[in-house]
Amino acid sequence: MSVAERPDGPAGPRREAARARPGWQVALVRPEAMTLLLLVGAFVVASWLSPFFADATFILSSATFYTEFAIVALVLTLLIIAGEIDLSPAAGMALAACVFGAVAQAGLPIGLAIAAALLAGALMGLLNGVLVLVFGLPSIIVTIGTLTLFRGLAQVLAGDRSIGGFPGWFIGIDWRLWLGIPAPVVIFVVAAALLAAFLGLTVTGRQIHQIGTSPEAARHAGIRVRRIKMGLFVAMGVTAALAGLLAASRLASVRYDLATGGELTMVLMVMLGGTSIFGGRGSILGTFLAAWLLVIIATGMTVANVPVTSQLIVMGLLLIVSIIATNVIYARSQR
Amino acid sequence: MIGALLRGREAGLVVMILLVVAVVGGLAPRFLDWETLRIVALAVPLVLIGAMGQMMVLVARHVDLSQGSILAFSSIVAGMMFRDLPELPVVAGVAVAILLGAALGLVNGLLVVLFRLPSIIVTLGTLSLYRGLVFLVSDARQVDPQFIPRGLISMSQTSPVLGIPWIVIVAAAVALATWAFLGHSRLGRQIYALGSNPVAAPLRGINVVRVTLLVFTLSGALAGVAGILYASRFGYVNPGITGLGFEFAVIAAVVVGGVSINGGSGTVLGTVLGVLLLGTVSVALPILGVSAFWQDVFNGAVIILALLVDRGLREGGARALRRAGA
Amino acid sequence: MAQTGAAFVEARGVSKAFAGVEVLSDVDLDLQGGEVHALLGENGAGKSTFAKILAGVHRPTRGTIRLDGRAVDIASPLAAQRLGITLIHQEPLSFPDLSVAENLVLGRGEEAPLGRVRWADMEAGARDLMGRLGVALDVSAPMRGLSIASQQMVEIARAVASDARLIVMDEPTAPLTPAEVATLFGIVRSLREGGRTVVFISHRLEEVRALCDRATVFRDGRLVGTGAVADLSDAEIIRMMIGRPLAEFHKAHAATPGAVALDVEGLTRAGAFADVSFQVRAGEVVGLAGLVGAGRTDVARAIFGVAPAEGGTIRVHGEAATIRDPSDAIRLGLAFVPEDRAASGLFGAMSVQSNITAAVPRRIAPRGLIRRGLERALARQTVDRLRVRLASLRQPVVELSGGNQQKAILGRWLHTDPRVLILDEPTRGVDVGVKAEFYEMIADLARQGRAILVISSDLPELLALSDRVLVMAEGRLTADLPRAEATQERVMRAAVPRGARAA
Repeated sequence: MSVAERPDGPAGPRREAARARPGWQVALVRPEAMTLLLLVGAFVVASWLSPFFADATFILSSATFYTEFAIVALVLTLLIIAGEIDLSPAAGMALAACVFGAVAQAGLPIGLAIAAALLAGALMGLLNGVLVLVFGLPSIIVTIGTLTLFRGLAQVLAGDRSIGGFPGWFIGIDWRLWLGIPAPVVIFVVAAALLAAFLGLTVTGRQIHQIGTSPEAARHAGIRVRRIKMGLFVAMGVTAALAGLLAASRLASVRYDLATGGELTMVLMVMLGGTSIFGGRGSILGTFLAAWLLVIIATGMTVANVPVTSQLIVMGLLLIVSIIATNVIYARSQR
Repeated sequence: MIGALLRGREAGLVVMILLVVAVVGGLAPRFLDWETLRIVALAVPLVLIGAMGQMMVLVARHVDLSQGSILAFSSIVAGMMFRDLPELPVVAGVAVAILLGAALGLVNGLLVVLFRLPSIIVTLGTLSLYRGLVFLVSDARQVDPQFIPRGLISMSQTSPVLGIPWIVIVAAAVALATWAFLGHSRLGRQIYALGSNPVAAPLRGINVVRVTLLVFTLSGALAGVAGILYASRFGYVNPGITGLGFEFAVIAAVVVGGVSINGGSGTVLGTVLGVLLLGTVSVALPILGVSAFWQDVFNGAVIILALLVDRGLREGGARALRRAGA
Repeated sequence: MAQTGAAFVEARGVSKAFAGVEVLSDVDLDLQGGEVHALLGENGAGKSTFAKILAGVHRPTRGTIRLDGRAVDIASPLAAQRLGITLIHQEPLSFPDLSVAENLVLGRGEEAPLGRVRWADMEAGARDLMGRLGVALDVSAPMRGLSIASQQMVEIARAVASDARLIVMDEPTAPLTPAEVATLFGIVRSLREGGRTVVFISHRLEEVRALCDRATVFRDGRLVGTGAVADLSDAEIIRMMIGRPLAEFHKAHAATPGAVALDVEGLTRAGAFADVSFQVRAGEVVGLAGLVGAGRTDVARAIFGVAPAEGGTIRVHGEAATIRDPSDAIRLGLAFVPEDRAASGLFGAMSVQSNITAAVPRRIAPRGLIRRGLERALARQTVDRLRVRLASLRQPVVELSGGNQQKAILGRWLHTDPRVLILDEPTRGVDVGVKAEFYEMIADLARQGRAILVISSDLPELLALSDRVLVMAEGRLTADLPRAEATQERVMRAAVPRGARAA
């Protein structure tokens, strides 16, 4: 049919390929470099603002609050690279945590409660996946609907009470240390390493990039687009449930309003890490660095006595600035 | 043909509203009371005004997730002005709220247009940014009821005609003005054109920048109006609570009312009916003894169902076209 | 043939370069008022670029354009419209959710933004306009429901209403039935009588002869010749277009085509094609001809599982096959090179090597983890075998020229060692020199015993390549001709829908 004539390409090819960009440019001029620079800069500023800041133990223990969101953000990165988005995991954390709490409170064994929470997570992911992939609804609006739905279900399960009374071995995971590092942080680092290997070294990881670059071309190349995306949605749900359990352990109780505002934090971590909102480009490394960047900023602000609510301003600004910068870097690297 | 389908949509919404009233009325006869009508009438104006703004943004193929935060910001600043400058006439407070809302909306528009960013992410960012500003500006303190001017509060209570509160009349006027603008002015039609085919729009002389900035500014300004009316309706302004989740309730109503996420289509009448339907149900739920906790579940389910219905209609239409011959 | 005196449009030395490469060079052309002027040439010859310059879509890098003797700078499509120049696109740019009447009115003139829209007047005016063109349409219906032909009529009506003096039509008849073509020609003739100038870009010589007064031939970015249509023979025109006598390439005739590799029976998909049955044997090249919109690509997509058929059977090497998804097709040994490589073929921002290996993930990751060495080796094989010109295997594939991109995609599929290869417009957007390489490759692939199905709108090319020619029209198979009987006339006759022979 019609051939779209690109305004910045030759109408009739008259030359061979353009010269390739030098290797160092490909390696250094990328959004992750921006994130790394920001990370270093933030560290310097925070240390300068307050002498109490540059204490590894302190930073690590403050990080445990963010690791829950960060672990979800890692998986969210994969989904966004594949060209979809999911705003529901924060509400999903709350719902799974409340499922856990409800089952535990009903006197059933904790193991069963944990399993129920994970199953709830899988079902949440399945719901999102079915609505987007089977019914063809746009993921952005669908997940706004499901986030409202999940938050509501969490309310129905837990009311406005907090459910607690979990066994001693379950709670306080953030106090368990491994080589001096809190367990949740270790989990985060290990998850990041595994997912980075998955994305960068496996066929499915490569195919995720391809799907995000061009879903049509991916289909034509025989890539099982629907299957992979469905897998990612379900993985999102299960990861959200896992994060909810980590939060339940850290807080020793669950409420329906757990992780409120988490949507923004998760998306922010992914965007700050240089993943393109349009899909096809991004990395786990970027999200990993961005999570640490947020930890530094939040911790630094707290130590410098900046009110928590101002952090909202900073996060909002960061989100906007980061997508602008990412767009610019990707646009410039095209030519 | 599609026109008929859409007209069917509005008729369908009317039927649904009547159905809800009949069913709930049957289960709990005290629902069919003038008092209920008054409660619904008071529950609806804020969302209706916000929905008019959101509708324009959606028709242009964008989305504004920051309406709730803009509402809160306008509301708190106006509230603080009333508190700290008691001589201030109510009108001045109203004007400030609207102007602030417009300004914040304009910032949204500028970010979308200048940097070509997807509005969903931009307004997700400003949702947070503006809410942060609310806390910053108010020092996290709420504006207590005694500082809200009598005149403003009476708008929700007194009425010039038929017992209909002023606040409802204002909302109706906004809806009417939106209908006239979108349906009968050239600029309004350009908004539809832009959403229908953003590629062709500039080639047909539509100033994309101007129209985009306009819809975001109007959305913000209307959120500002909702903000000042919030103070009237609820009698106080709280930085943490005011406007929280507003945009989701608005989007649910607008989507139910038949405005397409892909832009280019949707009617004011449909949106108004969507607001009325959701408002009626939200009032009906507690009367039926359903706990307030189910409210969110309901809202979420409604958004999803409306999307499915829309998709079903569109697929059905496309398939019918295909069978009628390539 | 009404030509009125001085030239309406004078183009001198018009040239256009993209990224330093000239695609149009030194075009000198005059257009008269009240004439229908054809622009002819192969894909990429420059005719479309020249037309787009006139319509303000591109700005010339060199040269001048005069309208009525005055030099003008056509800076944008809007500026062109104000100068009275309109471009009718192949796929009309309209607002699908708005009504026909609104589409007609939008963008015309500078009215007050808050001015009231007078619906009744607008619709009456629209009805009147469409009536003048002799087209019956419900002007209050949304554009979305209209056929391509009707949408085109609306665009033309818009141009007429805005007093356009120069109307450029880019391949307007491609998606039309002959009845619609006849209507279009009638309208064009009345435009000419009204003193307007129509530029008609087309591949179809019969249409050009029927409609146009003069014709200009482009080749390789240059203007090769201009003249009255009556004075130019087909052979002359073709010679100007391709610069050499018609296809010297003759495929070595396959001695005995092998077993039936692909057997399609009763394939049906509502709105696209119906009851399509044919066979392709191993070692055979079967060409699929037809007008744009005949359903050829739809059939290919159905066989490959991109948009599966609703009825009928497919057999691959005798075995019945259920193909719901391209991965099913690939497993059966099918391969498909789509016509729009930018949209359905390439992963633009990703490396050449990852593009080439995209269909054979297990070959580059035998134990689950990708081995770069294996990937590079596979990609290098393709580059060497198909002579792909590039700077680095790791550069984004979008940086390659059209022909090399096409080679990369072909290379991707060759790695799957397909038994059946479907090629949809394989040489579109490919340099003339590279086209010859492709013809060799296709012949070679057939010699290797693969079954090849080629879809092409370039009839001479198709005839030269194929052992057999299938023809589709309006979703049905209308002819199955062995090479000896496949002449241009017979093919075109079969391609034109029944009961509606062109005037």
